[in-house]
Amino acid sequence: MTDKKLLMGNEAIALGAIEAGVQVVTGYPGTPSTEALETIARYANRCGIYTEWSSNEKVALETAAGAAYSGAKALVTMKQVGLNVASDPLMSLSYIGVKGALVLLVADDPGPHSSQTEQDTRAFGHFANIPVLDPAAPQEAYELTKLAFELSHEFEIPIILRTTTRVSHSCGDVEVEVAEPVAVEAVSGGFIKDRRWTIFPKLTAERHPWLESVQVKLSERFSDLSFNSVSGSGKIGIIASGVSALYVKEAVKTVKGFKELFTLFRVGTVYPFPEQAVLSFLKGIDRLIVAEELDPYLEEQVLQLIGKAHLPVDVYGKKNGFFPVSGEYNVDIVIDSVNRALTAFGDNLRLSPASPAISREKLPPLPIRAPTLCAGCMHRTVFYAFKQAAKQLKKEAQVDTIFSGDIGCYTLGNAYPLNMVDTCLCMGAGISLAGGLFRANPKAKQVAFIGDSTFFHSGIPAVVNAVYNGADITLAVLDNRTTAMTGHQPHPGVGLTVLGKASKAIDIADVVRSCGVEFVRTVDTVDTDSLEDCVKAAKEAMNFKGPSVIVFKGKCVGITKPDKYYKIKPEDCTGCGFCVKELGCPALNLAEDKPVIQDSCSGCGLCAQICPSEAICIGGIKL
Amino acid sequence: MKYDVLIAGVGGQGVVLASRLLALAAMKAGFHVSTAETIGMSQREGSVSSHIRIGEEVSGSLIPIGQADLILGLEPAETLRNLPFLRKGGKILVNTHAIPPASRPPGSPEYDPSALLSFLYTNYPDIFCSDFTELAAEVGTYRAANVAMLGAAAGARVLPFSEETLKAVLDAEIPEKYKAVNKAAFERAIKCIRFVSGT
Repeated sequence: MTDKKLLMGNEAIALGAIEAGVQVVTGYPGTPSTEALETIARYANRCGIYTEWSSNEKVALETAAGAAYSGAKALVTMKQVGLNVASDPLMSLSYIGVKGALVLLVADDPGPHSSQTEQDTRAFGHFANIPVLDPAAPQEAYELTKLAFELSHEFEIPIILRTTTRVSHSCGDVEVEVAEPVAVEAVSGGFIKDRRWTIFPKLTAERHPWLESVQVKLSERFSDLSFNSVSGSGKIGIIASGVSALYVKEAVKTVKGFKELFTLFRVGTVYPFPEQAVLSFLKGIDRLIVAEELDPYLEEQVLQLIGKAHLPVDVYGKKNGFFPVSGEYNVDIVIDSVNRALTAFGDNLRLSPASPAISREKLPPLPIRAPTLCAGCMHRTVFYAFKQAAKQLKKEAQVDTIFSGDIGCYTLGNAYPLNMVDTCLCMGAGISLAGGLFRANPKAKQVAFIGDSTFFHSGIPAVVNAVYNGADITLAVLDNRTTAMTGHQPHPGVGLTVLGKASKAIDIADVVRSCGVEFVRTVDTVDTDSLEDCVKAAKEAMNFKGPSVIVFKGKCVGITKPDKYYKIKPEDCTGCGFCVKELGCPALNLAEDKPVIQDSCSGCGLCAQICPSEAICIGGIKL
Repeated sequence: MKYDVLIAGVGGQGVVLASRLLALAAMKAGFHVSTAETIGMSQREGSVSSHIRIGEEVSGSLIPIGQADLILGLEPAETLRNLPFLRKGGKILVNTHAIPPASRPPGSPEYDPSALLSFLYTNYPDIFCSDFTELAAEVGTYRAANVAMLGAAAGARVLPFSEETLKAVLDAEIPEKYKAVNKAAFERAIKCIRFVSGT
């Protein structure tokens, strides 16, 4: 029985996967992909679906592949930069193929809103010979997920379902075929030994022609699918994929008679390119506008096709400056860009943007709300402690310190007024970057910060390398017992699986000790007088010759209840504002002439420890 | 028919929940709906906005500049930040309760909420302003300011569905533990806005 639900794109994908009979689901959290696996986890017990947060995306993909070799239908979820981590197995897997089904949900992040890169997974699929489906909205994400499983099973090849932030994190009304998810079938058949599962140069050489032939067959199949649709009958063609196609639809509606002026081609299956369908569309138009976020992927595909078929169609897109080459699109950007192209045609026709009640320039100056660490976050205490330790070292021995950050909440240590992140590159990179910085700056101290989940994701090989090659660095592990930035997922150090079952908690201090690190300390940050301990440990570690590690243990205020709050004693406060200026804690505000502590105080006590007038004390117990 | 609503506020004010409630009510009234939310780096203490697009067709979830029919501003500065989205003649409801930014990075303008509010009064004479945080606190918790603002929007009859439709959604969606206080905030806001507008 069908049902209509309000679903986030990621939830729609989860329900689509369950309806498709997914049996094994793996992934690593990453905005904007995370909720897909979390949604499946909620149904995992009821539907009999194995679900795990893996230690990283490479491990997740390999785990899913092993299941798919054995006939299972598997799903792997990650964000776009996670695909970089998983690219090693993916590049080989395309040759090997799968037996059950294997679908990768990869969420791109034009903007970017919360990513290091603006990379385009459509182009990645092309590079890896992996088919890519590109939904425009939650309903289509649900439908294309089911199609992805069918195609993967039929063609024995992994399929990428590529979304963007505005698909994964949009909510919309979705009509689902099954009102409540039901149990999936158990994996049947199991692993059958065969030389096809062992990659070897000879096997790769044999499989390569097969891989290329699948691309041709899928291009033909895609040309017949309704996910690639044409509308309108005009001589000006516009081609778009993903959410950009919806922006185009809305933009052209601003002119009268748009159906006779434009022909729109919406590509839902972007790689292999549905050449036959696009070719017949191109034959009906004079000029082509390409609207797409991120890479000029469709543009390059149509340019090739136009050249191959010797068609007299001019193309207006990113490559000749009509559309922005970067950033997230919206209806207004599409209107502007299409109008630039129409002007170049010498056409009088224009799309009309709405005129706002007020333009941005006419607004009074507005305060900036920079993203910041939460009130009471343990990371603030650790960053502040290292700042003090580095200041002391500078004073005592004229030694500079370089701080390397990593990916997670603690990237926010870069924000004013802490300013404690000098480098940040990708997951796990801080430790190895510190090693390289040490080689080139042997007189400076090197400190790397990494979170607990990131440590397990990709920090360990870098620790091994630091020990092996004798890098003189200090590693501060910020262990708040969760993967906080993506919404508090458990990880190998927590002792819980995604389903909340107990598992063996791996101790970070034990891991680094077994890697051969000789200086290993564990410091508790929960005590309200922990700053002194943290500064002392930081200094000792920085003075130690060779790799040193401090595991700072604490809690994430996002998932724990505070037990107390602090207050300012007005009779003692001199109004110097030191607490506000030094810490940038969101619970501290400089109102009138003296700081005020807000309701959001979670009682870490850091401000009380640094107040020069001892004017901050516990204000009471939080119930 | 199309009706675009923008809810603006600060992380932790319940912008996302408010947008979910509006979206569900719109679906109940038979419309297609599409929402876009800010999730991620800006979640805590940062600016958060949610776009809710209601209509007879599925559209991209971002409201174009100058197209919003209604702005629900949970915070004065965040209301202004999103004003360019408002269409000419669009409606604004504002919570006057200001939330100052956590830190003032070099170059960030000083936050003067009264100056921003008077800018709003001057330029939008038919704007509806009230301290919804205080209103919610009076009935039980300041956290229900988001639901109070939905009540105000329903009370001002600026939504494309009935007050009853929205109430039914609140009933179904708000956990039992918080239901009474949220309903009280909703009802109080309706009364408040009807009293002010004399309807």
